Amino acid sequence: MAQTSTVARGGGDPSAPARRHSPRPRRRTGLPNWLVPYVLLLPGLLVIAALLLYPLYQMVDMSFHQVGLRQIRAINPTPAEFVGLDNYNSIFESDLFWTSLRNTVVFAVVTVALTLLLGTLVGLLLNKLGPKMSTFVVVGIMAAWATPPTAQAVVWKWLFDSDAGVVNWTLNLLPDWLSNLVFGRSDWSGQPWFNDTITLYLVLIVAVVWASFPFIAVSVLAGLKSIPSELYEAARMDGATAMSTFRKITFPLLKPVFSVLVVLSTIWDFKVFTQLYLLAGGTVNRDAFNLSLWSYAEAFSSPPKMGLGAAIAVVLTGILLVITFVYVRNIIKTEDVR
Amino acid sequence: MSPLARKRLGRVALNAAGVAVFLFAVFPVYWMVATAFKPNDQIFTTSFIPFPDPPSMDHVSRVFTQGVAGNSIWRYLLNSTIVALSAVVIGAVFALLAATAVARFRFRFRTSFLILLLIVQMVPAEALLIPLFTMVKRLGLYDQLLGLIVINVGLTLPFSVWMLRTFVAAVPKELEEASWIDGAGRFTTFWRVLFPLVAPGLVATSIFSFITTWNEFVFALTLIGDQGKYTMPVALQFFVGQRSTDWGGIMAASTLMTIPVLIFFLLVQRRMVSGLVAGAVKG
Repeated sequence: MAQTSTVARGGGDPSAPARRHSPRPRRRTGLPNWLVPYVLLLPGLLVIAALLLYPLYQMVDMSFHQVGLRQIRAINPTPAEFVGLDNYNSIFESDLFWTSLRNTVVFAVVTVALTLLLGTLVGLLLNKLGPKMSTFVVVGIMAAWATPPTAQAVVWKWLFDSDAGVVNWTLNLLPDWLSNLVFGRSDWSGQPWFNDTITLYLVLIVAVVWASFPFIAVSVLAGLKSIPSELYEAARMDGATAMSTFRKITFPLLKPVFSVLVVLSTIWDFKVFTQLYLLAGGTVNRDAFNLSLWSYAEAFSSPPKMGLGAAIAVVLTGILLVITFVYVRNIIKTEDVR
Repeated sequence: MSPLARKRLGRVALNAAGVAVFLFAVFPVYWMVATAFKPNDQIFTTSFIPFPDPPSMDHVSRVFTQGVAGNSIWRYLLNSTIVALSAVVIGAVFALLAATAVARFRFRFRTSFLILLLIVQMVPAEALLIPLFTMVKRLGLYDQLLGLIVINVGLTLPFSVWMLRTFVAAVPKELEEASWIDGAGRFTTFWRVLFPLVAPGLVATSIFSFITTWNEFVFALTLIGDQGKYTMPVALQFFVGQRSTDWGGIMAASTLMTIPVLIFFLLVQRRMVSGLVAGAVKG
């Protein structure tokens, strides 16, 4: 601000005085008031229409067509052949549908539950800690949160490396009787984590929970700080236990926060792609597909089956929009969009 | 046990839990950095070496000189920066205009537009990959950073508008009215009064978009085939070979990629939460 005024004063820009005279007439000749918001909205609306809404329509349209190499080439493309529900039929008949749906849903349910549990506990902990300790922990969890998804995947792949990974080394440290009791084995050297779908998803769950609990923790902390402390004092006066205080005061007041967090986490975990793609090493392991990886694999393998890929994407989007509906309704109820 | 001793014990237990959470969160990041600075014989070993001894710059200098997939890591950092900065600048202009419209004017379709914003935010970007790929291909934007920039503007815009509108709404309307009375035109009022006051919010929103674009992987993977135009997240996977992985190199590259995000993160951390759960906390 100060800088602009200095420039205006000292610069002696010849156009400045002229501009200063013009506003009055411009107000009269300018856009009519009712048009202004639409003009302001236009660029953004065009972007959303062209890059989100039209592709959404196209995705549905493509799912009813057979789209291959010849249809997507830049020069002289042939029109796509309409195949009706064929793509959907082949999805529902495919074994991959059930494994990838199972992978998607089980992963999402487990990860959302673990993330929320850990995140809430850490949020409650942060609220109890002293200011210095609390800042220290927040900065720490921020590091996990800030790590880009690709780097997350790479780091966890390294931690779970079969030969030189820290995890196998740590598991070998366990006393043999304990390791045998819990896992039925005592030697972890060379344990490969990424060949088997179940252990692969185990690592994926750990990686995603690690990266997403900080957001939950910090959100829960923000929610807790907004609860008036008088309520807790009153509860203590009445001799309430910690558990019943949580059940009767904290949880009900944080319920709106939780509902948003559950939906956001579900959406994020349902479509996880980057970490899975990198941990599974691309699209070689078909057992490890979830819906988004399967859709990608069909559309970008050779020969590409874009129509089939689009149909899988439609199924995924459909499931997500049902979940989203709850979220949008919640937001519209609590926030004034009017 | 006396109540005082029990209280002290409780405090110790809480702090211990805090340290445990800190270690769980930080260790993988620490391990990434530590591995980046370890010589190879300390990386490929079955024993546990807690920190590089002595630290070696081999991997860091190698990713810059020798690089990966035929290019120095500078190339990919530069591509990532070009894409992220362009997308952020374009997105910021569009978002500011739209946010002003939504926060400052009452018009038909206003509610519809806000609901549309919410819904499109929830559509998984991965699902739009296929139609956007064909669109980019048809427009001749395949293999060009411009295509990636355009796509990222679209991906980040709904959230930017959503977040920015609260910042615009927070500026008292009276200031603009005063400016009108003083004879300033629409543009002058916007530029001299509203813009400086919204600027901090615009910075926060832009940092958000920057992080999203900087981290974006799926579109960068499918829309770019030319190795010289890869962005960092895509280049990272080329350290993984058929038989062995260059762990030192990949950790050095990951560390370089994480640093800007980490800095930005600490800057906007507070806004991040309020932006995402604003509605819920207020209610």
